[in-house]
Amino acid sequence: MITAEWQIVGFTLGVAALATLLILPPGLYVAWVLARRSWRGKSLLETLIALPLVMPPVATGLILLKLLGRRGPLGAFLHRLNLDVVFTWRGVVMAMAVMSFPLLVRGARVAFEEVNPRLEQIARTLGASDARVFFTITLPLALRGILGGTLLAFARALGEFGATILVAGNIPGRTSTLSLAIYNLVQLGKDEAAFRLLAVSVAIAFLAVWTSEWFLQRGAARR
Amino acid sequence: MKLVLREVRLPLAQYTLEVEATLTAGVTALFGPSGSGKTSLLDLIAGLRRAPSAFIELDGLALTDTHRGVEVPTRERRIGYVPQDGALFPHLSVRGNLLYGFRRGEDGLLTFEHAVEVLEIGAFLERGIGNLSGGERQRVALARALLSSPRLLLLDEPLSALDQKLKARILPYLQRVRELGVPMIYVTHHAGEAMALCDEVLVLDHGRVVDQGPVSDLFLVTGQPAYELRPAPE
Repeated sequence: MITAEWQIVGFTLGVAALATLLILPPGLYVAWVLARRSWRGKSLLETLIALPLVMPPVATGLILLKLLGRRGPLGAFLHRLNLDVVFTWRGVVMAMAVMSFPLLVRGARVAFEEVNPRLEQIARTLGASDARVFFTITLPLALRGILGGTLLAFARALGEFGATILVAGNIPGRTSTLSLAIYNLVQLGKDEAAFRLLAVSVAIAFLAVWTSEWFLQRGAARR
Repeated sequence: MKLVLREVRLPLAQYTLEVEATLTAGVTALFGPSGSGKTSLLDLIAGLRRAPSAFIELDGLALTDTHRGVEVPTRERRIGYVPQDGALFPHLSVRGNLLYGFRRGEDGLLTFEHAVEVLEIGAFLERGIGNLSGGERQRVALARALLSSPRLLLLDEPLSALDQKLKARILPYLQRVRELGVPMIYVTHHAGEAMALCDEVLVLDHGRVVDQGPVSDLFLVTGQPAYELRPAPE
């Protein structure tokens, strides 16, 4: 592996971690709401959240491009704050975040649903506020499932391609992730370098999914 | 203790729970077959469920008054609840469970040490919940509820998951709790438990109160159904 390849690996791990951290608070909140609350039209929100899982990633990328471009409703606002997203590393983070959000929500929702609501109720009879119940009962009991879901989301972010290439382009040294670099190298006929990055991708993805499975199984056993 | 239940109506799957009663005894047995609405009634008293119509008042303080839009949050009711399985927090030790709702202060019913002594749980304070027997779990659940200084303690068939031998061993602990003077509502199917612990009986069947009176005035008919209560023969 040459220095440039290690830089790609480091950049991909960094932006994927940042994207995962970024979606963690809203993802946990949405997952908890879906697990513990019922209201008319709930399925609409569930469908909206799951859309990036089934839509072509390029289509999701196009929506993000229109939203986050300088003329887009969100992009224009961010531009005034001197925060350009499209064709920058921030675009990579946004694409990864949107694409991995449904996986985090799914994992965390299952983890929250598996926590016995009776325990939360009893905690309230013992004088605990909703926030205390969440942080001292619900979250610790769902933690392993949440970690499993978070790692799955991280693994999904690592492999993101379709949405990323539209929102952030494929600018070597600036927005090039493992997936984009492999694609680029294959296009250029540099198969040997492509396979080196492929091997790193497989190793990281294997480790992330394997650890995720471990957490999910331990979480289920604990509850 | 004076617990007033007025115009309590809660639609359930098979029927509507409708309760009108005033409980003044120290310990009241809540009798009834499975599915008669006993746990739903406890949940309403504890504030864990909301009914479309209910007036629930404990010692002059309205906990629920749907006409006036009053609904005191569960955490502010100071009503202890011991469910059938104890519902101990599995990620905390015995000590962690006991301290979760521990209310220090002058109105505290028990000190930590007193509760540990009364229910004899000092030997396994540092143990995980998974390492406790059924009887130990129930004693910890009882102590945990007591340490939150409840104004009323709700016990939902706390002995039902235990075998006869274990029941006989736990019953004295419940009697000790009774002697502490904490008002209790005790859900049970068994006349023996009611006789040993309770002053009064409220009989619930299909969501309705079918009988109420001092435990000494009521006699359990040993035929079917086992929960049916009749006045004692002259």
